[in-house]
Amino acid sequence: MRDRTVIGLTLGLGICAIGGYFVPDWFMNQMMFGFARALAIIGLLVLWRTGLVSFGHALYFGLGAYTVALMDINLGVTDAFVRLAGAMLVTGIIGVLLGYILRNYRDIFFAMLSLAFSMVLYGILVKTEALGSTDGFPVSAPTFMGAAPEGKYYLFVLICVVGWVSAVLVHSYLQSTLGRLTTAVRDNEIRVEYLGYSVARAIHIKYVISAVLTGAAGALTAMALGQVDPDSMVNWTASGELVFVTILSGPGSVAAPFIGSLIFELLRTYASEWAPHAWQMIVGGTLLAVIFFLPGGLWSIAARALRGRK
Amino acid sequence: METLITIVLDGLQYSSYLFIVSVGLTVIFGVMKILNVTHASFFTWGAYTAAFFIGKFSEMGWPDAFGFVIIFASAAVVGLVLGLLIERGLLRHMYERDEVLIVLATFGLFLMLEDLILLVFGVNPYFAYQPMALLESVEVGGITRDVYGLTLIGLAALVALACWYGQNRTKWGKLLIAVIYDREMSEAMGINVTVVYVVTFVIGAVLGALGGAYIAPTVSVTPGFGVDVIVLSFAVVVIGGMGSIPGALIGSILVGLLRALAVHKLPEIELFVVFAVMAIVLVFRPEGLFAPAKPRKI
Amino acid sequence: MQKAITSNRIGTMLAAAAMSVAAVAATGAQAKDAIKIAVPAFLSGGAAGPFGVPARNGAEIVIDAINKGTLPAPYNTKGFAGATASVDFIDESGGSTKQVAEYRNLVQKRGMDVVIGYISSGSCVALAPVIEELKTLTVLATCGTPRIFEDHSWKYTFRTMGHATSDNVAAALYVASDLPDVNTYTGINQNYAWGQDSWRDFDLTMQQVKPSSKASDKLQFPKIFAGQYGTEISALSLDKSDLVHSSFWGGDLEAFIFQGAARGLYKKKKVVLTVGGTASYRLGKKMPDGVVLGARGPYGILVRDRKTALNEWFINTYKNRYGTYPSGPAYQYGQAVLATKIAFDKAAAAAGGYPTQDQVIDAFTGMEFESFSTTVKMALGKGHQAITENGYGITKYDSEEGEPGVTDVKFFPAECVMPPEGVSSVDWIKGGMKGAKC
Repeated sequence: MRDRTVIGLTLGLGICAIGGYFVPDWFMNQMMFGFARALAIIGLLVLWRTGLVSFGHALYFGLGAYTVALMDINLGVTDAFVRLAGAMLVTGIIGVLLGYILRNYRDIFFAMLSLAFSMVLYGILVKTEALGSTDGFPVSAPTFMGAAPEGKYYLFVLICVVGWVSAVLVHSYLQSTLGRLTTAVRDNEIRVEYLGYSVARAIHIKYVISAVLTGAAGALTAMALGQVDPDSMVNWTASGELVFVTILSGPGSVAAPFIGSLIFELLRTYASEWAPHAWQMIVGGTLLAVIFFLPGGLWSIAARALRGRK
Repeated sequence: METLITIVLDGLQYSSYLFIVSVGLTVIFGVMKILNVTHASFFTWGAYTAAFFIGKFSEMGWPDAFGFVIIFASAAVVGLVLGLLIERGLLRHMYERDEVLIVLATFGLFLMLEDLILLVFGVNPYFAYQPMALLESVEVGGITRDVYGLTLIGLAALVALACWYGQNRTKWGKLLIAVIYDREMSEAMGINVTVVYVVTFVIGAVLGALGGAYIAPTVSVTPGFGVDVIVLSFAVVVIGGMGSIPGALIGSILVGLLRALAVHKLPEIELFVVFAVMAIVLVFRPEGLFAPAKPRKI
Repeated sequence: MQKAITSNRIGTMLAAAAMSVAAVAATGAQAKDAIKIAVPAFLSGGAAGPFGVPARNGAEIVIDAINKGTLPAPYNTKGFAGATASVDFIDESGGSTKQVAEYRNLVQKRGMDVVIGYISSGSCVALAPVIEELKTLTVLATCGTPRIFEDHSWKYTFRTMGHATSDNVAAALYVASDLPDVNTYTGINQNYAWGQDSWRDFDLTMQQVKPSSKASDKLQFPKIFAGQYGTEISALSLDKSDLVHSSFWGGDLEAFIFQGAARGLYKKKKVVLTVGGTASYRLGKKMPDGVVLGARGPYGILVRDRKTALNEWFINTYKNRYGTYPSGPAYQYGQAVLATKIAFDKAAAAAGGYPTQDQVIDAFTGMEFESFSTTVKMALGKGHQAITENGYGITKYDSEEGEPGVTDVKFFPAECVMPPEGVSSVDWIKGGMKGAKC
């Protein structure tokens, strides 16, 4: 399939994976966290195209992260692939279960109910001293099929590859019939039902996809950070951050989340350096600016620029 | 028996606090279908303004009782200024957009206003204890209660009464109900919906600011102080039904009493009580207990 | 159906941007006459007023004095082993993930030589492995969790004040020795790691030093930043306990004081405020008398009357510059900066010239020194964790001076309130506090 998105993504993978070896450490770190988060954004993008915004996806982010941490502490699992699989399994199961409830809600009720579920997990984690309460606990460095390399480069490549695989898979899913249902459901559910597809089933599947992707994002972030704690990963502020980056990136393409997430990381770095007291104002202002002037997110700039050349 | 009186009064006091803050939120949602996250900013700005001026006037030697005037004045000014600025400046352009996008815009605005507080008022806390100290305390049910907290119950009752009167006995209230049920038809009938929106938003803002201003004498006003009560107000509004004032009242009383019961008898579950009720309501009756009926448009 | 736009152009542009940014990014090298110090503290949010701003101020006056050589003897030499320090104050808010990213930026992008600070336990726990990875000397100033050196040994991390276990052990010791009428106790603490650990340590120690005492079964753990404690105060008033323990801080503490005082709670019960010291100066007359007040060690109002040259210098310089007396966090950050200078100077003397980072670390390890208000011994965590005395006092407003004050101040020696090397705090208390030298 000579799809331009896939070509673009593959080129991006190559540049980042090789470039990551040469750029300064702090920049590679930004890319690691940015691309890990981008997985969650892809998940939210799928939901957004369906017309749903979840204010509680930190639930899955945190579940993925804590699964990795608990596998480390209780089972001694250090292999990155096993950890990732474990996180995706757990979040997949919870996603399926909660999806049965959430698929019947729309708009603001979907958002608030998903928020409520994430706050339940947050409350449990904060109250449980055995799980580290608000201090969380550390995650040992990941190994790769037995190899225990120095530094974070292998993990970075893993994140890039997982990102590429997810983006390509989601992209082809969205091209398929079931995938095209996303926008159809957003536009007019009753018509979709008349066409013979179950709206509830469609939403459920997309919800599970987003849950698994977000769980993977959480797992990779936990491994990159070496630490899990509820305030950064499960609190509603974490969900808000994910939604913010989703809006920033725009729903235009599966490649958008990677750019948007990386820009968010860079924005945070430079804002901390030059305007440390104004971080919330910058986030709020950017959010408003994007909603008002750039509803397609940052991606729409790129899209317009490239379309203009044709 | 003593414990029962205490629990009931505690519950009512907390409910009153929640009600004053939530009623503005629910009215704004009912009329404009916007879940206004910026409501938290009204609360915080009302509290800071009241605390700042109570402190200043107290330094200048004015009598402590004047603090009450400052509280209501701050609420009015903050509600008017912020409410008008936000509604005319921002929300007016967004009414046709997706509901959730509006919520995100109000969230962005909330973040900006939070940092603005740091710029205007600084990071140090403000104290405005004079009105609370003035009213002293009273023995009820075997323990000492502060009279100020009991006046909160009175204030909430007044607000509830005013809302009921306004909604059922005035022409304005009838217009409001019409717009809540069907905006397009109301416009077709000749109601100036724009004015209704502006007035509603400002009233909601004033009520939110009043919640903050009235509570300011009981706390130290620090950055980040409005966030907790807003999360609870959302829960109350969801439980009671978005857009229903009696719903906000019942929701507040429910949450307040259950919470008081939990704190006195089983403090470990206090945090879960609110969210448990909210989850139950959302699962079994998602519109809330008292939501106005909404026709489904195809 | 519109095809998705190619992203190879974007990817290339981005990589080019990355390369140019990398070229601009400076990597600091340790210079002989200038060193770059980063001081993170809470500069926004609820912890800024009581902790972050005093901390930052305390660090600032000490760094300025070191650069000019105006500290009292024996520290009146200029600079850190002669090097003048330029300081960047960083905001610690935003959560530990952000702080980890920030730390990497500080070291790898902005070229900081030393990082001194951190108030939140969450930040410190998250940063410890990263500090080790980036091999940069970091001096933790205030964060309280004992976990840092109990779970692990670190080479590049030091903490120059006692951890939070000593706060609550000292509180229990004080209550047992000076408040003999207290037989039952309850607690109201914020529901997160700090509050939970504080209560646990206090309760466990009370069971050891006064086994006849009993804890209430209705403990209050309100959410942090709740602000309204009407119901909790009613519950505490009805509770039959003699004493209320609280590790509240910031706006929550002040709200609890206002609301409780208005309802006579502080007259009916004995109240222990383990971090109350951070509010004493700000509350002034509004702080009720008779509160058992802590300052997380020999800092703030508890040491106002210690007449050493160092302490008087610190208090006067702080008051002249910022208009108020220094509270605990100011001392703690000042102490961390002072410790760093002492380590640098000591290493330089041993090396006969400007020391390498490893030499500074060797000098720092196991160091014992006179700080502004107390003696500090880096005795735990293989020489990386400090121990100091800890104590409490009873609040009493001094109407003559028109200032807040404390009476009946009692300190317990460091080895009495901190566990010995190699034993975790919780195990130590549960095991009867073996090895304590009181």
